Parts: sequence; C-alpha cells; structure tokens
Amino acid sequence: MSANTAVADKYRNNFLKEIEEQVEMGDWVKMCMQCGVCSGSCPTNFQSAWEHPPQELFMMIRAGKREEVLTSTSMWNCTSCYNCIVRCPRKIPITHIMHGIAEYAHRIGKAPKMQATRFFSVLFWKNCTNTGRVNELKLSLGLYFKDGFVQGVKNGLAMQSVAIGLIKAGRLNPLELFGGHKCKDQKGIQAMLAKAYEIERVRKAAKMAG
Amino acid sequence: MADIKVAAYICKGCGLGERLDADALVKVAQKDGKVPMAKSHDFLCNADGVAMIKNDIANEGVTHVMIGACSRRAKTEAFHFPENAVARANLREGVVWIRPDTDEARETTQEMAEDYIRMGCAEVKAMTAPEGNPNTGGSKTLLVVGGGITGMTTAIEASKTGYSVVLVEKSGVLGGWAGKLYKRVPVHEPYKSPADTGVADLASQILADGNIKLYLNATIAKTDGSPGKFVVSIATESGATHTEDIGAIVQATGFTPYDMNKLPELGGGKSANVVDQAGLEALAIDAASKDGVIRRPSDGQPVKSVVFVQCAGQRDPTGKHLSFCSGHCCNTSIKQAMYFKDANPDVDTTIIYSDLRTPGNGEDFYRSAQEKGVIFTKGNVAEVVPTGNTSTVKFNDLILGDADASIVDADLVVLATGQVPNSGVNIEAPAVAAEAGAVEVKPISILNLNYRQGPDVPHLKQGFTDSHFICFPYETRRTGIYTAGPVRRPMDIPQAREDATGAALKAIQALENAELGRAAHPRSGDLSFPKVRLEGCTQCKRCTVECPFGAIDEDVKGFPLFNESRCRRCGTCMGACPVRVISFENYSVNTVGAQIKAVDIPDEFSEKPRILILACENDAYPALDMAGMNRIEYSAYVRTIPVRCLGSVNTIWITDALNAGYDGVMMMGCKSGDEYQCHFVKGSELGRVRLSKIDDTLKTLNLESERVRDLEVAITDIQRLPEMINKYAAELVAVGPSPFKGF
Repeated sequence: MSANTAVADKYRNNFLKEIEEQVEMGDWVKMCMQCGVCSGSCPTNFQSAWEHPPQELFMMIRAGKREEVLTSTSMWNCTSCYNCIVRCPRKIPITHIMHGIAEYAHRIGKAPKMQATRFFSVLFWKNCTNTGRVNELKLSLGLYFKDGFVQGVKNGLAMQSVAIGLIKAGRLNPLELFGGHKCKDQKGIQAMLAKAYEIERVRKAAKMAG
Repeated sequence: MADIKVAAYICKGCGLGERLDADALVKVAQKDGKVPMAKSHDFLCNADGVAMIKNDIANEGVTHVMIGACSRRAKTEAFHFPENAVARANLREGVVWIRPDTDEARETTQEMAEDYIRMGCAEVKAMTAPEGNPNTGGSKTLLVVGGGITGMTTAIEASKTGYSVVLVEKSGVLGGWAGKLYKRVPVHEPYKSPADTGVADLASQILADGNIKLYLNATIAKTDGSPGKFVVSIATESGATHTEDIGAIVQATGFTPYDMNKLPELGGGKSANVVDQAGLEALAIDAASKDGVIRRPSDGQPVKSVVFVQCAGQRDPTGKHLSFCSGHCCNTSIKQAMYFKDANPDVDTTIIYSDLRTPGNGEDFYRSAQEKGVIFTKGNVAEVVPTGNTSTVKFNDLILGDADASIVDADLVVLATGQVPNSGVNIEAPAVAAEAGAVEVKPISILNLNYRQGPDVPHLKQGFTDSHFICFPYETRRTGIYTAGPVRRPMDIPQAREDATGAALKAIQALENAELGRAAHPRSGDLSFPKVRLEGCTQCKRCTVECPFGAIDEDVKGFPLFNESRCRRCGTCMGACPVRVISFENYSVNTVGAQIKAVDIPDEFSEKPRILILACENDAYPALDMAGMNRIEYSAYVRTIPVRCLGSVNTIWITDALNAGYDGVMMMGCKSGDEYQCHFVKGSELGRVRLSKIDDTLKTLNLESERVRDLEVAITDIQRLPEMINKYAAELVAVGPSPFKGF
C-alpha cells in the first residue's frame, strides 16, 4: 500500500481532519474566515502559475477536494515572504501551512514531480546531504537538465558566458564536476541525518497510528 | 387682548453694537413696530439685562417681550419668561455673523437688522403666552403589550423606576420566542459557548414584582383616550374584560418567524428533516430532556450531519420573500451548530452563508465555532432536495467558483428564516398597496386604538412600525405609544433589551409631560396647543386626515375634535386648514403673516430684492444658525422666518408674500418619503404635497414658477445652505424684480 492510499483510507472523506493531523500547523485551516487578505498580500499572486491563493486552498481543504489540493502547484510557489502571516486578521500561520501542505504532498507522493520548486528542493537536498557541502556546479547542471538532455545543452550554452566569467574570476572550478570538496566529517553528517530521519519516521508513524 | 403692553429690547453685545446702529433699531421698533417701550442694552443676556426685562414685566406692566439679540436657539435660559409672549429677532446669527464687516455692506446689513426688528415686533403682538393644555390626565401606569424579552424588560425597568405596570401577554406563558430557545447567544466574556436564556429569571422577577400587574392569555380589546388618560380594555381568555387607566403604552409584540412553507425549493414543508431555527430549538430542548442527542425527526436516528442555510427567504431581491436581513440569524445558526458540536464533535456541521454578519461580540463567538470545527462555506443555496431520511443541499460555492457544489446525506437542514414583525393592521395599506408585495401583514389589530386614523400604529415598510429612525427610534406616530424590540426593526436579544429600556424611559417621559399638558418630542416641554375657531370651520376634514399623529378625531357633525395630549404641536393642521381657523397661542397664521407683512419692501428700482425663507426650526434653522457661527456669508436680501415644520406652512403665507412684492420664497424642510428625516414624520411630506399646488397660485398672479423654491435640507447642510441661498438670489436677479412691488 502506498503512503497515499494509506492516509486516504484512514481519513475516508474527511480531508480537513487529515490535514489537521498530518500537516504541520494544519489545525489552523479551520480558522480561516475567507477574508482574502492573504491572497491580496501575496507577491506571487500575479503569476499564472498561482492556481489557488491560500484562502482558496483552505476552502478546498474544507470542501474535501483532496486530489486538487495535494497535486496543486500553488503552495510550491510560496516565497516565504511572510506578508500573509503579518496581515492575517486571524493570526493564521499561512506561510508555515503552505510549506506543511507541500511537504505532506511530497511525502505521500502526490506532489507534482516536475514542479520547479519541488525538483530543485530534492536536488538541493541530495546534493548537500551527500558530502555535507553544496556542490554548486552539479546543482546548477542538474537544474539545467531538468527538462531533458537537449534542453539542458541549450540552457548550458545560454549560460556559457556567465560560466566563463566565473571561471576567470576564480569563482567556479570545472573540476568540481568530478567529486568536488567535502566537509571534514562526512560520516558524522550522515549519521546525524540518519538519526533525524529515524526520529521523524517514528513521529509520523505515531501520527498515522493515532 | 386690550391690555397688552409690548416692550422691545435691543442687545449691543457680541459685536452687535459695533456693527449695527442700535439707536436706529430702537427708533424702528418705536416707529414701525409701534412699540411703546424700546430700549437698548450693552449686554442683554447678563444678569443686569435680564433684571431690566424682569423689572419692566413686574413694574411697568409689560406683557409681550421682543428681544433683538441672538438666535431664538441661543440663551434660552436667560430669556425665559414663561408668563409672557416672547419673540426673538435674530440679529446675531441671522445678520451680523453672515454679513461681511465692510463699509459697502453696512447699509444692507442695517436694513436686514431693521426688518428683523419690525418682524419681531409684529410677531409678538400676534402672540399670547401659552398656558398649557388644560385637558390632561395623570395616570402614571405603563401598559406593556407583549411578554417576551422586550416586554418583560420594559416592565421591570419601568417598575424599578417606580412606575406601576400592566403587562399583557397573548399566550399563557411569559418569555415569547426567547422562552422557546434552548440556549441563547452569549453576552458575557468569553463569548465561546451558548448561554442560559435568562427568561426564567426575568419571568420570576415579574411575578415577584408588586408593581407589575400581569394579564396572561389576554389581548387588548380597545384603547381609548390619549397620553396620561388612556383607557384600555383588556380581554382575557375567559371572556372577561378588564379596564385599566393607562398613562403611556409600550408595544413589544415582537415577531413571527418567516413561514418556511413559502420556501419549497429549500425543502420547507417538504420533509420533517428540514426545519427552521425555531424548529431546531424545539428539537434541542427535546433532546436535552432526554439523552442530549439531537435526533432526526423522520426516524429518530441521531443527527450525524447538519447543514444550516443562511438568509433563507431573506435579503431577497426579487420581492418574493423578505428583502431585509434579520440581523440575528448568523449568530443563531452558529449557536445551533454548537448544540451539535458541544455534544459530539464528530457531527458534521456546515453553515452555508453568503455574508456572515455577527454583530455584538459575535466575532468571538464565530471564532469559537471555528475552533470547535464548525465548517463555514460561502455560497448561495439553490435547492434542498429531501430524499428518504436525508437531504442533498445544492449550492453555488462562491469561493471555489463551483456552481454545482453539493452536500449529500445531510440528516438535518436548518433554514435561517427571518423576522416578520407582529405589528397589527397596516392602516395605510390602501395607499401603498402597490408596493406591499413581499410581506403579508397580519390582519388582526393589536392595540385596537379608538382613533379616527386606524386601530394600530402606522407602519414604515415591511410591516415594521414607523419611528423616527435617526433621532427618536422608539417614538411612533401615536403620541404616548412606543414600540420596542423586533416589532420596530429586526434585532437580537441584547438589542431588544436595550430597546426595551429606552422605550420604558421614553414612555415615562411621555406620561409625565402629558400630566403637565406639555408636548412630547421634538417640541418637548411646549405648552402651546392647537385652538380651533369652530364657528369658522367648514368640516372639510383636512386636519383630521393629515394630522401625522392621529391627534384629531371628528365629532358626529364632522367637526374636528382635538385630543391635545396626543398632539405634538407640529402645526400641520394649521397649515392644512383652508379657512385658517386653527392656531397656537404663540404660532399662528397671524404670527407668521404679520412678520411677512412687516418687512420693508424696497421699490423695483432699488436693485434690492427680498427673498422670504420659511425654514424648518428642527433642521434648516439650526443649519442657518450654524452657518452664522461659522461666519459663512450669504445674501443680505433674505428674511428668514422659522416654522415648526414645513407641514405647518399655510399657502396663504406664500400668496401674501408674493402679493407684498417679495421676489422669491424659499422653503426649507427636511427630507420626506421612506427615508424621511422630518421630525414630525409626515409633516414635510404633507407640506410638500400642499405646496406642489402652489403653481396654480403663481399662475393666477401671473408670476414665474422660479419665485417659489422648495429645498430639502438636513441639519448638516451648513456649507451648502448659504450656497443655495446665494444661487437662488442670483437666479432671481435673472428673473427680474417682482411686478407686485409698490402696491
């Protein structure tokens, strides 16, 4: 049973309850009074990618629109500017909830795979936890090739002059592509992360059971 | 009348002495005003000035006093001579404060002041000191009709103030609708959960109160008389009739929920599982008496999901149902959703609203409901389809833009229908039959008033009783009868209690004033009352029909029969009377007519037009005074006469003015119609109807229609009014001088 079907089974058609229990700060969703100040304050709300403003997402949760909410790209567009939290008359931690829903959708495998923010976040996390340091060359190349090989080459060529400039200025070492430098205690980092994963796994399993 | 002695006093204070030639004014009073005694004083309203006037009254036999000083609205306490007829010439707010202090303006300013002195002298001679209505009654008992929250509160408040109360309740128990509630919306911190209704406590206070006489299962069979001496017959269930002497009446007859059977599209009347808010209260009370679980009426199964439909049959723009918002229903639905959530958090409760309005401390209550997990959905419900033991609620989701949203398997649907006032017979129904439409008015009279104009207090719209919404909310158009609670406008319990307290105090004022023969608002304390010279009366019935307060009945021959205690002293009867036989001691066709004739009209070559302003004393005259206080200048050619109401304006005044050679007449009255601001409710409207026929007069005089102007004025028009006056003065220059000058 996938993570998604497990929770879907558990909560049946009570999506609000699912969000309240599974999503960080999700118990605030019911407190929204639909004034729309968050949407009006959001700096990203003029983009076409912004399908559902926060207050609408909250209403969709209450209306039980599970599929639409979890597969939405909306919460991934949040830039964490915190304008909505500052202005919300109900003091709802909207930014945190947006990240919470995004994280939850990702965790149960419902998040849109190729959504740029999600893709970058995964790439960044893998890149950085691997050696304990961010390998900027690999990270940017990984992003270039997000939409396939041909597009990747095109992106690379387009950024050619910037890359050459960085190399000349000593800000970019092409040899980083082969391994690159690491942090001093790579094993320690790995162990620490493993422990953190374990703690999180236990906590979420408890939530699931509860 | 033979032994009147008039004295004129000219004040030189407040800059009057510097701006005006006081000696000349004294001479005008003596020569044109024909006043035997005229004096000027440096500071008339100080102790010395007032002592001078009092000395003249006591020792010189002065009976009539003309004071040329500030506006009649100022220094009323200093210039208070109740035994004497007093007229005031407004030299301060009406002349020097609205004129520039320049050499060129000096001449016209002086002319203005001299005219006001002539007018004041002429007016005071036509007056007598009002002696008060002798035909009074002194009953100090308050009748409260209706034993709901409003009625009980009124009775308790009045009793605590020391007045005896007769409380009449139609049903067998006290409490009204509030008594049928399981719990009420909280009114105390922290506003989080439904609270006890408090009805039992109020009812026990009533029963324990020796000042309150209670009639249950009783109705009002007949209300006779007037404030201070109402005689009320109370019919009880047993058929017996009791008669009570009553000073003033508070009608607190409340409301009836809008009939949900008129909402079949929302499932009203189609299924036992669709109830209105009152229906849900009954279910909740029933549940509380058993295991606390609210059950589906159709099969007795516990309710697992409930949908509340807000604005059911309310705020309806089509005219089919109620057009207004009843104000309490959002809070009530929130409260009812909590009945379920507090008992069992797993019950799904959804409130579908289009605009959630939670007055009072309802915002906290709303938040508390959200914390308890009540779901709020913004949408318009299109249809409720009951099938079997559940219902499907179809609605247009306004947030998600989903026109076909629905909630299926709702065990119970609660319709938030509105409040329909129990206001008795709409006595003006024939006149407004075309626009009635939405509200079906109960045809059974509540007060059974033995008044010429009908058995109940007049309605404004939607069946709610008429009251001066802005200034005198409890006052009806029947003096001494007050309405409070949802019969007056839709409201919740806290508002009804506030209303009840206010109405109790107003009713007490009314019965006290009635005993002393004084008027109620807005001329409260006025001792004058209408006197009719019956030998001149033609029994035309215009006064009896027009009186906005139903103060005038007819005798068998059709002569007017004045009930002075019901009178508000607006003078509408006087304005209506075609043979001018109705007058007040200090306000009559003569007092105003004499002023109009006293003005010195310059000849047509002088280029000094004269404009008569008849200004309503409630709004227009204060606005003009305030324009003076703000030193806003306006034309020196106007001569302003305050009138009690536009309704008191008799067309003879306008004919007289035009015949005398005035170039124009401006009438300033309050807004009329549904959104009226007239302090006498109908006065300005009736006045306007009467004056709309002035065109005929103008035609017979061969005058232009511009010569008479009707202006709708609010008390806030302090800037606008001077502008309008100046504009009209300029227009009249274009029209040219009146051809009647010099005759």
